[in-house]
Amino acid sequence: MSEATAHAAGHQHTAPTGFMRKYIFSVDHKVIGLQYYGLGLVAVLIGMVLSWLMRLHLGWSTLAIPGLEKLSPAGAPGNVMTPEYYLSLMTMHGTIMVFFVLTNAPFSGFGNYFLPIQVGAADMAFPRMNMMSFWVTLTSFLVLMAAFFVPGGPPLSGWTAYAPLSAVGQAAGPGQGLGQSLWGLSIAIFCVGQLLGSLNFIATTLDLRTKGMSLARLPFSTWAWFITSVIGLMAFAVLLPACILLILDRTAGTSFFIPAGLVINDQLQPHAGGSPLLWQHLFWFFGHPEVYIAILPAIGIVSHILPAFMRKPLLGPRVLVGCIASIGFLSYMVWGHHMFVSGMNPFSAILFSVPTLVITIPATIATLLWIGSVYGARIRFTTASLFCLGFVSVFISGGISGFFLAQPSIDTYLHATYFVVAHFHFVMGVAAIFAIFAGTYFWMPKMVGRMMNETLGKIHFWLTFVGVYCIFMPMHYLGLAGNVRRYAAFTDDFLAPLIPVHQFITIAALVTGAAQLIFVFNLIWSRFRGPKASDNPWEATSLEWSTATPPPFDNFGGKQLVVHQEAYLYGVEGASADYIMQTSPETVKTS
Amino acid sequence: MEVSAGHGHAGLMEESPYGIPSGKLAMWCFVLSDAVTFSAVLFAYGYLRVGSPDWSTPFVFVPSILNGLVMTFVLLTSGLTMLAAVEAAKAGRTAAGTRWLWATCVLGALFAAMHLMEWRHMIEEGWRLFQNPLGGAVQFGAAFFSVTGLHLLHVVGGVVALAIMALGLRSGKYNRIDVEITGIYWHFVDLVWMFVFPLIYLMNAK
Repeated sequence: MSEATAHAAGHQHTAPTGFMRKYIFSVDHKVIGLQYYGLGLVAVLIGMVLSWLMRLHLGWSTLAIPGLEKLSPAGAPGNVMTPEYYLSLMTMHGTIMVFFVLTNAPFSGFGNYFLPIQVGAADMAFPRMNMMSFWVTLTSFLVLMAAFFVPGGPPLSGWTAYAPLSAVGQAAGPGQGLGQSLWGLSIAIFCVGQLLGSLNFIATTLDLRTKGMSLARLPFSTWAWFITSVIGLMAFAVLLPACILLILDRTAGTSFFIPAGLVINDQLQPHAGGSPLLWQHLFWFFGHPEVYIAILPAIGIVSHILPAFMRKPLLGPRVLVGCIASIGFLSYMVWGHHMFVSGMNPFSAILFSVPTLVITIPATIATLLWIGSVYGARIRFTTASLFCLGFVSVFISGGISGFFLAQPSIDTYLHATYFVVAHFHFVMGVAAIFAIFAGTYFWMPKMVGRMMNETLGKIHFWLTFVGVYCIFMPMHYLGLAGNVRRYAAFTDDFLAPLIPVHQFITIAALVTGAAQLIFVFNLIWSRFRGPKASDNPWEATSLEWSTATPPPFDNFGGKQLVVHQEAYLYGVEGASADYIMQTSPETVKTS
Repeated sequence: MEVSAGHGHAGLMEESPYGIPSGKLAMWCFVLSDAVTFSAVLFAYGYLRVGSPDWSTPFVFVPSILNGLVMTFVLLTSGLTMLAAVEAAKAGRTAAGTRWLWATCVLGALFAAMHLMEWRHMIEEGWRLFQNPLGGAVQFGAAFFSVTGLHLLHVVGGVVALAIMALGLRSGKYNRIDVEITGIYWHFVDLVWMFVFPLIYLMNAK
């Protein structure tokens, strides 16, 4: 299909010269990747500060936090936050972290930068659409941030925006007015950005692979980004209309999600006939695949980085790709496990419980492949490899609590307790963040041309690793003790004895958060003062290490690479080095 | 510095597994995504309808169902003219391709106009997003206007795309592949109506 490829390559590959075209409105996938990563970094810092404020309030509910009143005079009179403002911060923390950090950084950020390079392409299939996807996403972020500054402040209904709380408007509390509408608008815009990004990822992976880069030779990271795009294509397609229906309920007087006879603040709501469960079905049909949109790129990144530091290939590479694909497929059949106690027919709980437990099979196989591969390897303990091993650890810790929550009878007790908070923070949040860190320490030298400081990196790793266990492990205990989530304070009789545990968690969260400043410092300092990175500092095999550091505008300096090898030939006996790059024509006789 | 694009040469690339241009692949993916969006809205309609004890079924044969049948006929015919446009563009008959594109565009606009007349008719009867003049479930108006509205948006978008394509094919800005991509979208809009019409109109006939 000469016409096919000619059409795909129908854009110009002339490096732009002006500052705006080069760094701001750039069509270069590498700049766009860095823009997504930068947006993720800004978002994670905001999200982390929000979690500090929440944790401080949970530990010491009368504590005055200097300056808080400036941010929200109504939400924190006398610098002490109201319960409503606590919920606002929680909503924004969740929304920022899930959408703008866990989706943006490992998928859109690293994916944009490295997917075209790893397949040997000069750019994405549709560079201009790629630029648009970033600017749409940034718009979505700014709309969400605007909620901080409107009357009433940010919404209270959590990142899941459960109806009818999210649907009835101002009557439901401060933040349920304009703030909640901005939330719906922001997320709807975000869906469009993700759709554009996914189309690009899919077309690039399938159509722009260089000679010899068969599907079987694609790195795990590319596979994960590709499969994630396919998931995103269908998941965000449901969230988009759901948000629009929500906005209609809020502004046009419809009753999609609001039942009859709803009385809020002594006011009968002028709605009838809607179903709050409908929102939950639509939201979680997106929401559960979203969990995998966050974690599958993380799995891909870790599986990509580990072999380079173990100096041997992963066990069962095709099995691993199969695991990623089957997790993606199954992710559409389990949304109801978020709704066991929602009032849904209890018999359908079984229907959702079984596939949920089935998902643990590919997830467990992937974990065993990592552990089995690490066994007996002479690991090079760099910061990147430490974060990969840390990822496996938190993925297991978070995964194990999933076995419990997948069963309706146990979930009935544990639902909406800190046990759930611990579960999803470990398996989705911390695991994906660890993969982002691993990716940063591994790829930043390629992206900016300078090595990051390993000593600071290792201090950062150990503080973070111990820190997240101190934060989230006690939450399992809190949950089992009956401590419900989304409470602003625990002054109630049966929860009061648990306050010291919360204070411990708060201190751990502050220390762990402060440790992230080491990372930020390392990132900025290394950018300017780090030692220059060579083209292949980790002696790795995939295509991003076959080009200059940092890569030129068209990625390979006008050359068209030819791929001769599979992706992870490490520790090859009889080869000239202990690894063979994908572009090397070297052949080694295997006995 | 002028850098030549390496990947323009077929011999230096892996073949696309589907052997179609990237633009077409992206349109197929978009169609997949959009189909899920329509499914979600139709699911919401079905969910509310099943859960509602007093669902209204207001449509009588004349004028609503008959009007819908004519609209269906118009849209299906536009699918046929779109097919002719793609065939003509493939064969390099640009003038004929442009004519067929305009024909499709006009039929699409006719469909949209008839739909808007239907909307006006219903609004005059007192139907609103939040109001049911028959006193039944208010979700009827909400579902009717949002499902058909979503489809109407797609039709209007398609009509605009067809006009741009007709102008561009004539001037040489667009080629046969672009016409085919537009065709995929247009047939999808056509296909969705085949779900919307029975579910929204026929199932709500008196």
